[in-house]
Amino acid sequence: MKKVSLVSRLFTALIFLFLYVPIFVLIAFSFNNSKSRTVWAGFTLKWYPQLIHNDTIMSSVYTTLLVSVIAALVATVFGTMAALGFFSMKKRWRAPLLAVNNIPVMNADIVTGVSLCLLFVFASSLFHFNLGFGTLLIAHITFDIPYVILSVMPKLYQLDHNLVDAAQDLGCTWTQAFFKVVVPQIMPGIVNGMLIAFTMSIDDFIISYFTAGSHGVKTLSMTIYAMTRKRVTPEINAVSSLLFITVLFLLIVLNVREIRQEEKLKRAARLQK
Amino acid sequence: MKIKALSAPYILWMALFVAAPIVLITVYAFTTSSGEFTLNNFSRMGSYLPVFGRSFLLALIATVICLLLGYPLSYILSRESPRFQQIALMLIMLPMWMNYLLRTYAWLSILENTGLLNRLLSALHLPTLNIINTPSAVVLGMVYNFLPFMVLPIYSVITKIDRSLIEAAQDLGAPPANVFRRVIFPLSLPGVLSGITMVFVPAVSTFVISQLLGGSKSMLLGDLIEMQFLGTAYNPHLGSAIALVMMIIVLVCMLVMNRFGQGEEQAVIL
Repeated sequence: MKKVSLVSRLFTALIFLFLYVPIFVLIAFSFNNSKSRTVWAGFTLKWYPQLIHNDTIMSSVYTTLLVSVIAALVATVFGTMAALGFFSMKKRWRAPLLAVNNIPVMNADIVTGVSLCLLFVFASSLFHFNLGFGTLLIAHITFDIPYVILSVMPKLYQLDHNLVDAAQDLGCTWTQAFFKVVVPQIMPGIVNGMLIAFTMSIDDFIISYFTAGSHGVKTLSMTIYAMTRKRVTPEINAVSSLLFITVLFLLIVLNVREIRQEEKLKRAARLQK
Repeated sequence: MKIKALSAPYILWMALFVAAPIVLITVYAFTTSSGEFTLNNFSRMGSYLPVFGRSFLLALIATVICLLLGYPLSYILSRESPRFQQIALMLIMLPMWMNYLLRTYAWLSILENTGLLNRLLSALHLPTLNIINTPSAVVLGMVYNFLPFMVLPIYSVITKIDRSLIEAAQDLGAPPANVFRRVIFPLSLPGVLSGITMVFVPAVSTFVISQLLGGSKSMLLGDLIEMQFLGTAYNPHLGSAIALVMMIIVLVCMLVMNRFGQGEEQAVIL
């Protein structure tokens, strides 16, 4: 492999700078001793404790986490079931079903959002309910499931069918074979799908905006959007910085663990030689 | 037999929450508020042609810039050490965990006329820039938000290219430029196509970026649709018609691209 040139390194560095400058600005201004978003008025930590007393922000953080966790879990269960079902079908049936499954992935978020909005408004006039947490959750599950299916399907294709037969030959019942052989093998796909679903839910603004109704159910994105139309308080910078640091920390832990495991494997491989 | 039934709940779910909404939006687009059939919603769209034009133009420019930045970046990253690649990928995905509205809002603090960038420029005795509330600011916002969607699919395809093909080309005497042009680039095309779709679709339909960075003058399709549903100009019938037309144009673009990629891109998305 050739060495990467200095110009290439510089290019990479500039792009990362471009990606991270706004984030640094956000974090820096969460320590700013004034509500201005451009003038630095000295260092303070006051926005962090104030955050806890800001009900709008706290309740929207709670809504976001609740809807993302429930939607990701529900989507993982139903998505995995659906992937197994699709996989066992003939191609004639599977292809059109996968095409419909892809609609929310391929469609622009705003189209998914307004079409669900129409459906919910239509249904609410028939059955007399209000748009709120329920409709928000349904919308999130709807756009989460396709990602679970798209990440479980490839694992099913890689599955070696002989293994299931072998397990059954060795006396497993069909159900035992399924849970002891199939599930562990597709587990990486399931976990990956759940993570993607959770990320999509946390990050979503547009679909939530059209499906949460106007009765005070707000995700963090919606609260931030409402604020950008008037005035953003530094508390929102503080809550975002906290979330960012949490994710950064989790990723570092995961990466370090992975690197350790790799090294362990390498050492084990060397010992075997 | 038993396994197939596992997908039944989701098939029902798709019928209710994927298929039915699309049917509903189509019905709305072709009816008036009293429920009669009409084509008025489409004929009225003529007055919105500039909005269509601006949306597609800005999204196209943003996609091209993303490609020009994202392709070299993916290529460079694929030649780095595995450890470097792992960290770089993590750094590319990390911003997605910070709310994108807020990250876009941060650009407002940077680009404003009295913002951080202009303060820096005037401190260095350089002429200040007027970027905010112009189409350039919207394009910058799009590139910033969607660049990772270009890098990730291209990177994942480039790293999967069989090294022996590159070595074979080199052994047969191809200079580096030809190796790239005749081996690496054609093989990375599915990733490029998937990246283009993943940047273009959200860019053409965004309404937040344009509202935050573009000011009132550069209204895009997303803004127009949002106004018909939740905004001041409440008219879901017209909104549905605009959304439908946008969806169809995007679908046609994607079908044409799929032709070029012979349908390979599907596998690359995840």
